[in-house]
Amino acid sequence: MAQSIAFYVLSTFILGFAVLVVTTRNTVHAVLFLVLNFLAVAALYVLLTAQFLAVIQVLVYAGGIVVLYLFVVMLVNLKRPPEDHMAPQRHNWIGFGLSALVLVELGAIIGYGAVAPAGPVGAQTSDLALNNVERVGMLLYTDYLIPFEVASMLLLVAMVGAIILAKREL
Amino acid sequence: MITPTHYMMLSTALFAIGVIGVITRRNIIVIFMSIELMLNAVNINLIAFSYQLQDGIGQVFAIFVIAVAAAEAAVGLGIILAFYRNKETINIDEMNVMRW
Repeated sequence: MAQSIAFYVLSTFILGFAVLVVTTRNTVHAVLFLVLNFLAVAALYVLLTAQFLAVIQVLVYAGGIVVLYLFVVMLVNLKRPPEDHMAPQRHNWIGFGLSALVLVELGAIIGYGAVAPAGPVGAQTSDLALNNVERVGMLLYTDYLIPFEVASMLLLVAMVGAIILAKREL
Repeated sequence: MITPTHYMMLSTALFAIGVIGVITRRNIIVIFMSIELMLNAVNINLIAFSYQLQDGIGQVFAIFVIAVAAAEAAVGLGIILAFYRNKETINIDEMNVMRW
């Protein structure tokens, strides 16, 4: 019961802040709504007993990525609002139609999936909830060691690339 | 009782909001934020199934998604800065230097 209430409250926050991110005209406000959205998602991870992911979400998303966005929003000095020029061949209603199509497709997948119940495995408190960091860390450093190293390489390349792109002259 | 279907509905709605943002907005920074929303929707799905199956692999993949999202944000924002320095705009309708 308490889980249901928490789920619906958090879902309302997540979807509401997501709509605000997409619809707000002021970009700085959009970034701040994005922080609130990420924090609500982190709370949802705690509800799903993924404590490690919740901490990572707050540190990396709400802490790191959003600060990067804020820096860029502040660095690009917008003398005129970015939305005032609109290409004549652009029709927003096509965009809304395509988005509705995506929503219907994903909903259909869920609808067909819900007919066949997902396994008898219950969601009772188990080892994964109690030793979350240990379990995830063990998987990350044994079975998924090579993807982990590749991800670190990707981050290094992205870091070098970002510095080169943002540098005024090489 | 909250089943994985509920979480899938939530993540579908979040993903659709992200798609609407990507397609209809013209401010490229808002488009990047919409992409982050979509990646978050994927993560919710992965962790919901990790919880349902009591298997940590979903959480490992969510970590990889977060790492890729961080790399994407860094490189993408670098590109935005470089473009803004040349063209003084962040409106994607004016970003047509590579068309045709």
